[in-house]
Amino acid sequence: MQTNSWVPFFPEQASTFAWQVDALYFYLIAISVAFTIPIVAAVFIFGLRYREREKYATPEEMHGSIVLETVWSIIPFVISMTIFLGGAIVYYNQYRPPDDGMNVYVVGKQWMWKIQHEGGQREINELHVPVDTNVKLTMTTEDVLHDFSIPAFRTKADVVPGRYTYLWFNATKPGKYHLFCAEYCGLNHSGMGGYVYVMSKEDFAAWQSGNVSGQTPVEQGRDLFENKLGCASCHAGGPQQRGAKLEGIFNKEIKLVGGSTVVADDAYIRESILNPGAKIVEGYQPIMPTFKGQVTEEQLVALVAYIKSLSGVADTGGQPAAPAATPAATAPANSAPPANR
Amino acid sequence: MQDAGLTNEEIEEKPKLNYLTNGSTLKSWLLTKDHKRIALMYLVSVSAFFFVGGLYAATIRLELLTPATDLLESGTYNKAFTQHGILMIFFFLIPSIPAILGNFLLPIMIGAKDLALPRINLLSLYFYWIGGALTIFALLQGGVDTGWTFYTPYSTTFSNTFVMAVGLGIFINGFSSILTGLNFIVTIHTMRAPGMTWFRLPLFVWANYATSLVMILGTPVVAITVLLLAIERFARVGIFDPAIGGDPILFQHLFWFYSHPAVYIMILPGMGVISELISNFSRKKIFGYEFIAFSSIAIAVFGFLVWGHHMFVSGQSIYAGLVFSFLTMVVAVPSAIKMFNWTATLYKGSIDFSTPMLYAIGFLGLFLIGGLTGLFLGSIGLTVHLTDTYFVVAHFHYVMVGGQVIAYLGGIHYWWPKMTGRMYSEFWGKISAMLVFIGFNLTFFPQFILGYQGMPRRYASYPEELQVLNIFSTAGASVLGVGLLMPVVYLAHSLIYGKKAGDNPWLLPGLEWRTASPPPTENFEKMPVVTWEAYEFGEENGLDVEEARRRDLATVR
Repeated sequence: MQTNSWVPFFPEQASTFAWQVDALYFYLIAISVAFTIPIVAAVFIFGLRYREREKYATPEEMHGSIVLETVWSIIPFVISMTIFLGGAIVYYNQYRPPDDGMNVYVVGKQWMWKIQHEGGQREINELHVPVDTNVKLTMTTEDVLHDFSIPAFRTKADVVPGRYTYLWFNATKPGKYHLFCAEYCGLNHSGMGGYVYVMSKEDFAAWQSGNVSGQTPVEQGRDLFENKLGCASCHAGGPQQRGAKLEGIFNKEIKLVGGSTVVADDAYIRESILNPGAKIVEGYQPIMPTFKGQVTEEQLVALVAYIKSLSGVADTGGQPAAPAATPAATAPANSAPPANR
Repeated sequence: MQDAGLTNEEIEEKPKLNYLTNGSTLKSWLLTKDHKRIALMYLVSVSAFFFVGGLYAATIRLELLTPATDLLESGTYNKAFTQHGILMIFFFLIPSIPAILGNFLLPIMIGAKDLALPRINLLSLYFYWIGGALTIFALLQGGVDTGWTFYTPYSTTFSNTFVMAVGLGIFINGFSSILTGLNFIVTIHTMRAPGMTWFRLPLFVWANYATSLVMILGTPVVAITVLLLAIERFARVGIFDPAIGGDPILFQHLFWFYSHPAVYIMILPGMGVISELISNFSRKKIFGYEFIAFSSIAIAVFGFLVWGHHMFVSGQSIYAGLVFSFLTMVVAVPSAIKMFNWTATLYKGSIDFSTPMLYAIGFLGLFLIGGLTGLFLGSIGLTVHLTDTYFVVAHFHYVMVGGQVIAYLGGIHYWWPKMTGRMYSEFWGKISAMLVFIGFNLTFFPQFILGYQGMPRRYASYPEELQVLNIFSTAGASVLGVGLLMPVVYLAHSLIYGKKAGDNPWLLPGLEWRTASPPPTENFEKMPVVTWEAYEFGEENGLDVEEARRRDLATVR
């Protein structure tokens, strides 16, 4: 959003839908001008022409006009509908993430953004992404509401405690862009931000390999699942399995006790860890204890990523990776090429 | 024209008691049942809150003169904008026109002796005072930093400020609104003078009727919301905080279910004032009376269906967002209808550019911009970029200040001679109206551009490249401040040195101009009988043009 002009009027366009938002903006400016000029002109002209010539004059009476009233009700209505439709189309593009894309996990916290890449790289208040690549952010917060806002990409979304929200973009221009928290979050709200760095694919690959740090989310999740939290003692396959089967469930409809169904998405997996009694899978007993308070938001992100990987939804971009039954075969994500499919 | 036969000379010959002179003890004010005295006490209290809210605005603009947080620390800044919002919205914008001008004029305009429930009216003032005192107490103790929106879980779990004291203040103050609304509705239904049919009502009365509907239907919801907030904060019952099983977005739904209609509580009475000013100062029947009257009702009804447009990026479903965007576009139409009818009223009128009319013309321009930028924010794809930025700040100030405050000032100037019996300085009135207009635009227009740049609201510091526009904005705010302080001086001056206004200084047909200035306690000497439509300026309706011309000549000499 940097420009060198004295008064910057427009932020840089740096995502695939930025021009659409700007087009809508100019359309609305055009409509505003088209309404303002005649009304202001009429007020001025009437003001001059019908200025009081004589005190207490009684000008000729005029009553309303049904024709005029109808015309100036219908025209604004029709115009407002075009604005609605234009907005709806742009909104659809902004808020429907494409199926493929590189995943990035964002956890907001008073007053910083903690970001983790699928390759295991962690950043705070900075986000490095490759150009011309679909990037999907899965976001939550440890405390209060925040909002992940990148004006140059013309998009933002609130980050809400207790649930996941999503944001996606495809950056079109390498550069450094402002990242803001746009939902008031307390004392240092205006300090909660940083920059998004859009890099060429080569630069991004170099950045990635130079920044390998610890485990990928899937690896971290597997470690939690198998060792630290002991999920595997009930959920691993075999004769001892008391917990629901987790392989191959992601984004599938699951039958629940009582006959209803639920789609096993991120939100459902998260809920089942924190509040296991809420939706019991048909054929299982409500015996799982809650893990609320025992896992942090970042660990939850890792667990969800791991459980998704059991369905072949690799964390490397939504493509089937390993066979569902062999979670151990999931390749370490940082050995995968930078996702740009 | 049975009731206003007294000329100035006759009044001077035998001074009669008016509502101001009828009792001078403190008790005669504090225990009064006279709607006019209650209105005057509201005027003083509301103005005090406006002044304090304005001081907060001044500190905000001074802090934003530079990109860094140098004048105020972040924590202090957060309290400043929170308290600016709370005082301005709950203690100035909402009560200003209904509780001051509505209270004073509504009974007179329909030919009644008082509101239908005078004791309830006094009770509503007491609720306002108690709520206001609690809020001021909380501010003196250290204030509150949640933003006027009180979003959870910040307000329930994380903020260590005086959230509940302020919440209680707003809760109690809400009853003031509810009682005023109730009182207006009962009064308009039951107290109209003989001949004052619904379609002879001045449009100011229609606007207050629509406002009252929103007040009694919407305000209980914010009371319930504050109550739930208190239950969660004290009893740790999970309602809004996800850590204990609540849903923060539920709070936003409840909050905006009231607070969006509250926007119409603020602007509808302003629109009513503008209808009066435009018609009376053009000396011409308002164009499309029924359309203006019913568009107020339409705004009040549709206003309840659009709260979700405050939550487009909050995580509510995409489809809910689309429905709310559609309904928001629909609610724009009745406002457009009003705009066109006001403009058409000027056509072939005899326009008198006195101070109140200058405010009305200013309103047309500013409300036009406020309304059109509302379309930007209703268009859901665009508002993903604009929401929570200075574009929103600019938009709602164009509606709330450019619309409501300008209308309120216009109304105060218009009815000042009626309320006090004195005329203020027309020269200073015009200067102040122009300063307000210029200062306002200079303050808030740059903020549209800042918003499109992406500058988030509620930021104590901002990127350096945005400083130039912020300097414009702060410069404008100082002009606006001067423009707003001037009326305090010349209106106060007029109380003592102003020339006597007479009963009907502009020779207008409304019932309020057919009684003495200031009016007697019972408003009219004899109950008026209405035989004319609203806004009829002909001499056959009892307006004595010859007499008015003689009077003007006499004052010139």
